[in-house]
Amino acid sequence: MIRHLLSGADLDAATATLILDTAAEMATVAGREVKKLPALRGRTVVNLFYEDSTRTRISFEAAAKRLSADVINFSAKGSSVTKGESLKDTALTLQAMGADAVVVRHPASGAPHRLADWVDGSVVNAGDGTHEHPTQALLDAYTMRARLGRLAGLHVAVVGDVLHSRVARSNVLLLSTLGAKVTLVGPPTLIPVDIAQALAPGIDVSYDLDAVLPNVDVVMMLRVQRERMTDSYFPSAREYARRYGLDAPRMRRLPEHAIVMHPGPMNRGMEITPEVADSPRSTIVEQVANGVSVRMAVLYLLLGGNNL
Amino acid sequence: MTAYLITNVSVVGAAPTDLLIRDGVVAETGAGLTAPDATQVDGTGLVALPGLVDLHTHLREPGREDAETVESGSRAAALGGYTAVCAMANTSPVADTAGVVEQVWRLGREAGLVDVQPIGAVTVGLAGERLAELGAMADSAARVRIFSDDGHCVADPKLMRRALEYVKAFDGIIAQHAEEPRLTEGAQMHEGEVSTRLGLTGWPAVAEEAIIARDVLLAEHVGSRLHVCHVSTAGSVEVLRQAKARGVRVTAEVTPHHLLLTDAVVSGRSELASPALANNWSPAGAYDPVFKVNPPLRTATDIAALRAALAEGVIDVIATDHAPHAVEDKECEWAYARPGMLGLETALSIALDVLGPQWDLIAERMSRAPARIAGLDGHGVDPAPGVPANLTLVDPAARRVIEPAELASRSRNTPYARMTLPGRIVATFLRGEPTVLDGKAVN
Repeated sequence: MIRHLLSGADLDAATATLILDTAAEMATVAGREVKKLPALRGRTVVNLFYEDSTRTRISFEAAAKRLSADVINFSAKGSSVTKGESLKDTALTLQAMGADAVVVRHPASGAPHRLADWVDGSVVNAGDGTHEHPTQALLDAYTMRARLGRLAGLHVAVVGDVLHSRVARSNVLLLSTLGAKVTLVGPPTLIPVDIAQALAPGIDVSYDLDAVLPNVDVVMMLRVQRERMTDSYFPSAREYARRYGLDAPRMRRLPEHAIVMHPGPMNRGMEITPEVADSPRSTIVEQVANGVSVRMAVLYLLLGGNNL
Repeated sequence: MTAYLITNVSVVGAAPTDLLIRDGVVAETGAGLTAPDATQVDGTGLVALPGLVDLHTHLREPGREDAETVESGSRAAALGGYTAVCAMANTSPVADTAGVVEQVWRLGREAGLVDVQPIGAVTVGLAGERLAELGAMADSAARVRIFSDDGHCVADPKLMRRALEYVKAFDGIIAQHAEEPRLTEGAQMHEGEVSTRLGLTGWPAVAEEAIIARDVLLAEHVGSRLHVCHVSTAGSVEVLRQAKARGVRVTAEVTPHHLLLTDAVVSGRSELASPALANNWSPAGAYDPVFKVNPPLRTATDIAALRAALAEGVIDVIATDHAPHAVEDKECEWAYARPGMLGLETALSIALDVLGPQWDLIAERMSRAPARIAGLDGHGVDPAPGVPANLTLVDPAARRVIEPAELASRSRNTPYARMTLPGRIVATFLRGEPTVLDGKAVN
């Protein structure tokens, strides 16, 4: 098993499949009256969050607690350089406290890589800057497999701000490893021209959402950050929604079986309309539930847990 | 004053001869010299070069004496074979007045290890809004001739035009840090495949090329001298090639690191333009800010173009952009780290790797041309009877493993840690006095 989970590229097909299979076993725990396993009893998991992300933090917290680990939430908002302690000093503190795993969310790309150099425990990247968010990709893959029965051969459209999306990077890497085909869709300003060479040679890029939709099994809408609107990536929220938002007429272009995903939090009315978000095709709530199972599997496997 | 007799040394690659240094000058050359009063230095296997001249050094004093001082930087320079360095203006306070440039100049004289030639800021406080008192700096004891806002681009085209024109009165030159600021907001590394994969905001090549293109046109329009700092892209080389062919008075420098390290090292891969140096070497990990530098490390294609330009003279000079940073400014997240890397103590080794034993070319790019551009009398002159004894002795056969803790700089941010580099500086003489002997700094 790998020691850290920093990138979707850390996972080969066998490891990724093991995590998804383990997550399926973990999911059965959620249906029990006592939602708890003793697997990580006596182990310490630190949630080190330099950015607000309540949903990701509570997902990891629930995962660790269901495995009986001791959980320490360490919120360190603000730049580590200008305010307070440096990342290295924080790492040494966590090290001294005997953290077995550090789950880190950080606004700077690569911060988890730096942290992994400074602690002995496992580091799990819970989202770093505009780089990656590998457990999100795992829970997305888990959700696709649960809904559609397979991953190999699926055609997945990832739509929106690919340039700044850690969800997109991790998904492209993991889905390509697992044999799915990925098409990235968005305005040219938000899709790096060299994305295929950078991430996976097999991916396609399209600027035309309507043309792509009839051919996909999964459409994954990415959140568009408000600050992009003031930086000329596109003229207006309205134009963005018109060209790249998923509304009901567009959803009807999808094949019958296709599902709609979103990593959350959504901008309803921007990249996705409420009608689509709340439709039976939408897996958005399932993704949240699956997140806990997948994170249980990741922590369990990284920490070499037993007594499953 | 002690005399030195260097025996059996190759002067800039020529057949071995002897060099007698006395009273600050090269007194005699020729085989079989004798001088009973002189200290003998065995030059067998060594190459004597005119003392190296660095057009682009950050000495950090005043302001960041924890990272480097004029004295520690001077010692690093001497150990690297330099006899003169041009100290950049982005200190704190900024070297934008006669007072600050004279202070730096005096600190250099007191250290006495290399000639420290201050560069003056183009604009007050490097803010890019109004001209600093360029004439006062030119007339000061420091006799400033090169002006630069390095670290910042003089982005305002009107201000750049005025600066280029104004310094003609005292044969000054504007050294531009070519970076269109609107195209590099938040930029962290070269924009390309690696930045896309790592999720780091890209610094596009065009942000450099657009400014160089504009500035060569401005320099042509007003008939002034322009120097382009740390050229880093293949596109910049093409712009410079065309400008030089038209007769524009433009010179350009390239750093050692832009001749060797590709942007792939940021992802933790040991991809160098010289594969041999990558043997037994790899970065410590991904996102190591020791590789963060401005302009950023570029691609193998850019490096190939820069090397060709250096060989044919489109690029005139190798300049270090020696940029010391305190440990805490590098041992952190990539985005929060300061850009820059050490260079003085390793530059000649990188040049030797890139150019091979083309000693005349090395002397031209690292000594004669920079001395000419900076207007430094007595520097950049090959050792010959009667010339000031500013020279350095290189052992080209030596190999050394770079250990950051062993460097003379106060900082440790060398990108070449644990790399085995060719060549070693054995001795350096400044006006006949050794600043380095047996590879060690002389106190």
